[in-house]
Amino acid sequence: MSSNPTFINIGERTNVTGSAKFKKLILSNNFDQAIEVAKEQIENGAQIIDINMDEGLLDSEKAMVKFLNQISVEPAIAKVPFMIDSSKWSVLEAGLKCIQGKPIVNSISLKEGEEIFIEQAEKIKNYGAAVVVMAFDEDGQADNVERKYQISRRAYQILTQKLDFPPQDIIFDPNIFAVATGIEEHNNYALDFFEATKLIKKNLPLAKVSGGLSNVSFSFRGNNQVREAMHSCFLYHAIKYGLDMAIVNAGQITIYEQIPKDLKKCIEDVLFNKHLDATENLIEISKKYSGSVERKKIDKKWRTEKLEKKIEYALVNGINEFIEEDTEKLRQQYNKPLEIIEGPLMDGMNVVGDLFGSGKMFLPQVVKSARVMKQSVAYLLPFMEKDNTSKKSSKGKILLATVKGDVHDIGKNIVGVVLQCNNFEIIDLGVMVPASKIVETAIEENVDLIGLSGLITPSLDEMCFVASELERNKINKPLLIGGATTSKIHTAIKIDPLYNFGVCHVNDASKAVSVAANMISKSKCRPFVESLKKEYSVLRSGYFKKDKINDNNLEECRKNKFNFQWDNYEPIKPKKIGVQTQEDVSIEKIMKFTDWKPFFEAWELYGNFPDILDDKIVGKAARDLWDDANNMINMLIKEKITKPKCVFGFWPANSDGDDILLFDSERRKKIKKKLFFLRQQVSRKNSKRANFCLADFVAPIGTKNDFIGGFLVTAGNGIETLASKFEKKNDDYNSILVKSIGDRIAEAFAEMLHKDVRTNFWGYAQKENLNNKELIQEKFEGIRPAPGYPACPDHTEKKTLFELLEVSSNLKVKLTESFAMTPASSVSGLYFANPQASYFGVGKIFKDQVEDYAKRKKISLRDAEKWLGSNLGYAPN
Amino acid sequence: MKSNNEIINALNKKILILDGAIGTMIQNEELKEKDFRAERFNNHHVNLFGNNDILNLTKPKLIYDIHKSYLDAGADIIETNTFNSTGISQEDYKCQDLAYELNYQGGNLARKAVDDFLKNNPNENKFVAGVLGPTNRTCSMSPDVNDPGFRNIDFDNLFNDYENCISALIKAKVDIILVETVFDTLNSKAALLAIKSVEQSNNIKIPIMISATITDLSGRTLSGQTIEGFYNSIIHSNPLSVGLNCALGPKELEPYLIELNRISEVYTSIHPNAGLPNAFGGYDETPDSIAKFAKEWSDSNYINIIGGCCGTTPEHIKLMSKVVMNKKPRVLKKKSNNLRLSGLEAFNL
Repeated sequence: MSSNPTFINIGERTNVTGSAKFKKLILSNNFDQAIEVAKEQIENGAQIIDINMDEGLLDSEKAMVKFLNQISVEPAIAKVPFMIDSSKWSVLEAGLKCIQGKPIVNSISLKEGEEIFIEQAEKIKNYGAAVVVMAFDEDGQADNVERKYQISRRAYQILTQKLDFPPQDIIFDPNIFAVATGIEEHNNYALDFFEATKLIKKNLPLAKVSGGLSNVSFSFRGNNQVREAMHSCFLYHAIKYGLDMAIVNAGQITIYEQIPKDLKKCIEDVLFNKHLDATENLIEISKKYSGSVERKKIDKKWRTEKLEKKIEYALVNGINEFIEEDTEKLRQQYNKPLEIIEGPLMDGMNVVGDLFGSGKMFLPQVVKSARVMKQSVAYLLPFMEKDNTSKKSSKGKILLATVKGDVHDIGKNIVGVVLQCNNFEIIDLGVMVPASKIVETAIEENVDLIGLSGLITPSLDEMCFVASELERNKINKPLLIGGATTSKIHTAIKIDPLYNFGVCHVNDASKAVSVAANMISKSKCRPFVESLKKEYSVLRSGYFKKDKINDNNLEECRKNKFNFQWDNYEPIKPKKIGVQTQEDVSIEKIMKFTDWKPFFEAWELYGNFPDILDDKIVGKAARDLWDDANNMINMLIKEKITKPKCVFGFWPANSDGDDILLFDSERRKKIKKKLFFLRQQVSRKNSKRANFCLADFVAPIGTKNDFIGGFLVTAGNGIETLASKFEKKNDDYNSILVKSIGDRIAEAFAEMLHKDVRTNFWGYAQKENLNNKELIQEKFEGIRPAPGYPACPDHTEKKTLFELLEVSSNLKVKLTESFAMTPASSVSGLYFANPQASYFGVGKIFKDQVEDYAKRKKISLRDAEKWLGSNLGYAPN
Repeated sequence: MKSNNEIINALNKKILILDGAIGTMIQNEELKEKDFRAERFNNHHVNLFGNNDILNLTKPKLIYDIHKSYLDAGADIIETNTFNSTGISQEDYKCQDLAYELNYQGGNLARKAVDDFLKNNPNENKFVAGVLGPTNRTCSMSPDVNDPGFRNIDFDNLFNDYENCISALIKAKVDIILVETVFDTLNSKAALLAIKSVEQSNNIKIPIMISATITDLSGRTLSGQTIEGFYNSIIHSNPLSVGLNCALGPKELEPYLIELNRISEVYTSIHPNAGLPNAFGGYDETPDSIAKFAKEWSDSNYINIIGGCCGTTPEHIKLMSKVVMNKKPRVLKKKSNNLRLSGLEAFNL
């Protein structure tokens, strides 16, 4: 038994016997709507569509011809092969006469004897179609393994021996029947199908097996949750037995792993006829899974509490619905607005801070609390300005900025909110802030602490520059470094030596509070910074010691390149050479490709999705965040807030050493662009692994004609516009939320596009059929590494990619001076189709390679060292 | 009729040269209405000017001479002057009833030209390809934008028409049937089924060449198929060759030839136009420039059969023949065991 990674979904909805909706549309002659059904199936993942017009009230032949003629001119439908489905030969033949592609005829059988079977099969062969043969003979429909297999074998022999019918064009349907019907004879039906499938695949070379899936769950009509779970279980196992394709409702296949364990067990007991009570048990448990999801009850009891308690409740639970009303009531009771802030509001926030500190509240909840706080303060502000004597007392003033060249600010904003919750005053300078502005503001505002953030590697360099500017201007305030690309080791090696007063790397919003408190406190600051200085200096001396001996020179690494057997490989040519764009891509469709784990991680909730929603500790926080995210997504869709767009392209390409040459045409004479890559220089003395370089995945010049692709997707400009609207309304929670969703849209879009590229636009893996989980696990062929990330760490290559994609004339995405993309919710990268291509990290590189790289790229060594700073395994001069 | 094997032997030895345009040669004669009519159609009730195929009956010497000039230029395969000899196309001239005769005489003229040539050059190997054109209607598209389900021709009518034409060509002893300038795959599938039917009723095997036309730079046929989608749709007919012709010049066709070379498991043919028609309806690719492409393609091992379509003349063919003379023909790929399906696009399993 081997699992089949190339399972084919055949859409079942354009079938009058299977879909009541479709039947109604056809009977009422509403073909326009019926066409939409076909389109939907394909959008939902059907790779072939089954078309059936067998209905007593219809002239089936006429309806088949009319429908086929109409969908044949709809490119979105006509692109896929059709399966014409009828029990009447005349309908099948009428259908064959309308189809320019190569369809599948479903079905013929030995029901009426060999003569008719041969006659029909020969016609099918001459029309140029594949055929489904049902396990049905003169004695009736086969319902056990032996008959299913024997009939199939007989048909196979007739077809291949008497008619020379190509065996690869024969598809057997060994009959999927309903199980768990309560009739004992039916108990083995699923297992019979599985076993017959196995025998056919083993003994009848090249023949395929298909089946109509929905039959299996027929006895659970009305309970879709159980039916879908049964379908998913059945497929999961049937594919292992060799099933190649099935007629399914493409949009509705539950992910096997997500079926509740108890239900799954009962279903599998039935499918494999494990014991006599199997059916009984499944019927029993199916009651539990029949209901729709209960609506959450909203508890309003807290509204009856006294005012201060209400405020606390609203803060802890992040409810902003009544906050202005309640704040106004407080204002009437208190003498000064400041007393409200320092009284009930701060009391409430202290509760929040305690809960957060003790791990009983989580980041998204805290950010929501902060929103309530901010909105209350904003309400009070006009009253405070009249009263100039009042001045807020805070624990300290903190300047936050995303450095010049970088546009990513989700992390910075979260830290800002958390610090605010803890009564620090925040001056947020936003994104792309030049060093001069940071210095100027630090002096003017006399801040107590400066925090720098950045996501892309060139920001590390910019942070060094800011640190040296702060030093030059003798700012003498503690410096905080954070952001995805920053690290303790980088801070220790590069930033700490530049800034005498003291630097601290912190990558966790919840830790930022205590670090800030320590660094601002007059008494604790010095000892805290001293111990940091000591820690960083130890890290520094250890770092350069480790890699001191560099016996792994570039030449040797090149000899140990990844050796792909190009002789046995035919690169697939993309359907279209050059650049293409997609606009108006629906967010709904994109979101199906979302990997939610990083979304929760951005909110400092750690765990696998969807398990995290039911986690004992963070489950509630995760689920609330998840609900808010979904509401936000629905709003993005409904109000058309943003338009995701993409541009992608393919070019003839060959590798030349560690470079990849892209040609202007398939003649491969003129070079259009060169892409430059780096090779791993880690020692492989005790390992058989290669020293990888991305260029190894593209056929060397003079061997095969290979190709490379590139892409850029963006969630669109609407994300940032909406985020700033929220910010204006003091709603940091929704501002951060929409930005983190924007990132998910861009990532999911990149994932979706990669799939379309693999299965369609490049088409090197047309048969791929993976669910979202498998997509996230990257079980597919080919990779899409991004410049600036571990496999090709040089961000400046993005410039070449942007030129190739003609981005300036296609999309409104720009590169900053540090090669960050703006808007930030954008993803770009290169496509490699090589089946053995995999992601890797270039890791530490040494001077011989950097010199070589600078030469190839025609840049100075200094520039190369600057852009590759975080990969240098040596201290540059 | 030559057997499949004889043609395959020739194809394995060298790149075969297909002839060039007949229409262009006729145009150069500057014929008048009366030339088309001759005596026989003096009283025909509609004009016959432009019905090039009727010249098979009214000016047979001219057609014979054109065939001869291509043979002299080095062509190995001569196409019959029957591109528009289907009943459906002849309806334009109200000559639908002449379809059988036009194909039969068209076949005879090419046969005679080739046989006469072989008498003088007994060591050579030349073939006659009986041409089936696409007709002027499309079976899988609607001519009415407001009614996408409407068709002005159906499969059965095309099938019957083609069957009639093929019978006539076979009777005239053509060696190959060439289904060419395919812009709607469904039309060509009717022709291919008709070939099958004639094979069965005569108990013969007919060597088939199929050539599609890519009408614009999207790389698709007029009916929307990609090259591989098209290939999967017609390969069941077990053709000798699959190729591309017409519509575009060699430069524009090149990427699709490369694509065809990548996928095709049978011999490949190409007969491009002499460039795209210019503002005056003429063609700009000179014999020299088109020969350059022929050289490039034969050097790259893309082709087995090459010739010319609209705008090409014996001069073009002569030069092409010269540059590919000693070049190796493309070697066939092993047939895949995939289940090849297609809609507008290919789907291989």
